[in-house]
Amino acid sequence: MHKSFLILKREYLTRVRKKSFIILTLLVPFLFAGFTILPAWLAMQDDEEERTIGVYDATNQFGQRFENTEFTNFEAIPKAEFESIQQDIKSSKYYAVLYIPEDILNTNRARLLSDKQVTFDIKNMVGGKLENLVESDKKAVIIDQSGIPDLEEKLQAARTRIELETIKVDEKGGAVKSSTEIAMAVGYAAGFIIYMFVFIYGAMVMRGVMEEKTSRIVEVIISSVKPTQLMFGKIVGIGLVGLTQLVFWLVLIFLIVTGLQVFLAPDQAEFIQQSQSMMAANPQLQGAAQENAVLNIIDLVGNLNIPLILTSFLFYFLGGFLIYSSLMGAVGAAVDHEEEAQQLMLPVTIPLIFSIIILFPVVKNPEGALAFWASMVPFTSPVIMMVRVPYGVPLWELLLSMGILIASIYGTIWVAGKIYRTGILMYGKKVNFKEIVKWLFYHN
Amino acid sequence: MEIFKATNVVKDYAGHRALDQVSLAVKEQSIFGLLGPNGAGKTTLIRIINKITAPDQGEIELFGRKLKASDIQHIGYLPEERGLYKKMKVGEQALYLAQLKGLSRHDALKGLRYWFEKFEIQPWWNKKVEELSKGMQQKIQFVITVVHKPKLLIFDEPFSGFDPINANLLKNEILNLKEQGATIIFSTHNMASVEEVCDHIALINQSKKILDGQIDAIKEQYKQDIYEVETSAAHDVTAEFSRNGFQLIDYQLKGQTQRVKFQLVEETPTNVLLQNLMAKMEIRSFREVIPSMNEVFIQVVEQANPKKQAHA
Repeated sequence: MHKSFLILKREYLTRVRKKSFIILTLLVPFLFAGFTILPAWLAMQDDEEERTIGVYDATNQFGQRFENTEFTNFEAIPKAEFESIQQDIKSSKYYAVLYIPEDILNTNRARLLSDKQVTFDIKNMVGGKLENLVESDKKAVIIDQSGIPDLEEKLQAARTRIELETIKVDEKGGAVKSSTEIAMAVGYAAGFIIYMFVFIYGAMVMRGVMEEKTSRIVEVIISSVKPTQLMFGKIVGIGLVGLTQLVFWLVLIFLIVTGLQVFLAPDQAEFIQQSQSMMAANPQLQGAAQENAVLNIIDLVGNLNIPLILTSFLFYFLGGFLIYSSLMGAVGAAVDHEEEAQQLMLPVTIPLIFSIIILFPVVKNPEGALAFWASMVPFTSPVIMMVRVPYGVPLWELLLSMGILIASIYGTIWVAGKIYRTGILMYGKKVNFKEIVKWLFYHN
Repeated sequence: MEIFKATNVVKDYAGHRALDQVSLAVKEQSIFGLLGPNGAGKTTLIRIINKITAPDQGEIELFGRKLKASDIQHIGYLPEERGLYKKMKVGEQALYLAQLKGLSRHDALKGLRYWFEKFEIQPWWNKKVEELSKGMQQKIQFVITVVHKPKLLIFDEPFSGFDPINANLLKNEILNLKEQGATIIFSTHNMASVEEVCDHIALINQSKKILDGQIDAIKEQYKQDIYEVETSAAHDVTAEFSRNGFQLIDYQLKGQTQRVKFQLVEETPTNVLLQNLMAKMEIRSFREVIPSMNEVFIQVVEQANPKKQAHA
């Protein structure tokens, strides 16, 4: 036991102290935050530059009706001025000049002239304002012609938008507000993280075993410790490296997200306020979001069974890792070269890859036969059962799946240990499956 | 006293018997040469002693009782195929491997310091193994093998990869360890070094032990009544050796001296032979030719494998 611990310590420390590990562990959360939160935050930032936009209206219907916004002023300009400015917008005081042609009601075309590329927001804002003005004029004409004075209000009242709320009813008849989207996101993420870690760290076990075999240090080591101790120390040590990385990632992402929230809090409050006042002003949008979307998500996540999800995640994370890493360790022991390893790796990883392929069908229908059987088979259950857990899985199914996984881990480690003990000292022999099956019956 | 004893050891691999009824005994504080052609079963036997693998039949005894798992900390093993973690620092690695042999961190450090000073390799402590030459790595492997002061040492081809100076240094260290009380099992194909250091040998061929004994006794056993005579006789003496139960093997003429190597067809006491020769010619030197271990090895293995070419 003491020796297994020494091995575990070496496996863990040599990997955790590697520069590549430290960089990856620290960098990924920032990259994650950078790619998800920052663009959203930047998009929320207001453009605070003061601009003046000249409006030359050839129809003389809209020019005076543009309302100034907080940072943008509109000024109607006569034809003569427009023609002179057109030659040289740069030296004029206008950021851009809007030209509304005479036939705008028929063509729906206008021009925004500027000496530089007009920003996306300005283009949208100006376009939207002009659209509203033209539309309201057209509507006025239609209402006039129809002879129905409150036509506009009536049409407005006929507009429909339905908000479908999903409610999960538990056995006691209590209703819990659930969200298919949230369960899907959590399940998908958990399943995918397990897949990724099992793959990466399982391959790390394999390479570690191969390193010991090809460098021939293994003969020195197993004259001091039992091969099973060596394998055990290696698998657990590398598993802990994976767990360390995962914990660091989760903690760092949590800290970064919270930090950004605190940092951005005033802006966000303003944003929410703004959007609410906008909704009040614009009754069309009111149906779309009655509640604050952010609060809604927090509420729904809170309704998930978080302790159960975390426990199952940890269980399937370790279970998946143990079952695959012991097999990959056996592959590493059986081969002499990287190329042979690739060949033998394939059959081992096929169930793992299969579980990623069926991930989407399972997410879509977590109660189906495919989902059920795939969450019982120990080689796919670590990923598939984890996808299903956030949706809520009957307890007996969860326990049965866990039981099968534990029993299979024992079996797999026994098989892998046999292959490992024979393979690790076998050099210069190209192995195939028939050969490996023979090793299972060796008496070491 | 016998420190190690193997009795009728059998080890089977699928369709292949690696060891067949092999029995050996190694005396305490001696150097025992384990010889044999490639693939004869030496490595299997060594692995059994190290508890890396278990025999299918037979008994292994160490210190007068059955070999048990905890005995491996009293054994030091330098495998023929040896390596180190390339990316790991020398000192850290040596410390790790010494601790795996059961030493405490403190004792391991003390032992390693002693050996690193002795070999004057302290500057390597913080270097990565991949920065060292092969010979340097071999030295470190030797230190790792002996640092836990094992009572039984097993060296498999210890001199391969060493230059003559370092090989000599190593040989002296091995003899020193024996002086200090260690027992050494020494496996090699280098028969010159076997003659230099071994007290006792066993020869394994095709999974069976075919020869066992004191080096001198074995050589004595395999001498073939070959003698060498130098004479300053004025006439050509070859005629004398072409009859009367002699068989001429080699003849050389150097200046006035003729050197004749011959084999006796009939057994004759040495003194009688010498008297016969003295009557016929002036003898400058006379000696019985004792075969080298190399010759014994080739002769024994070729006799045992008449068809196949033995690899010595």
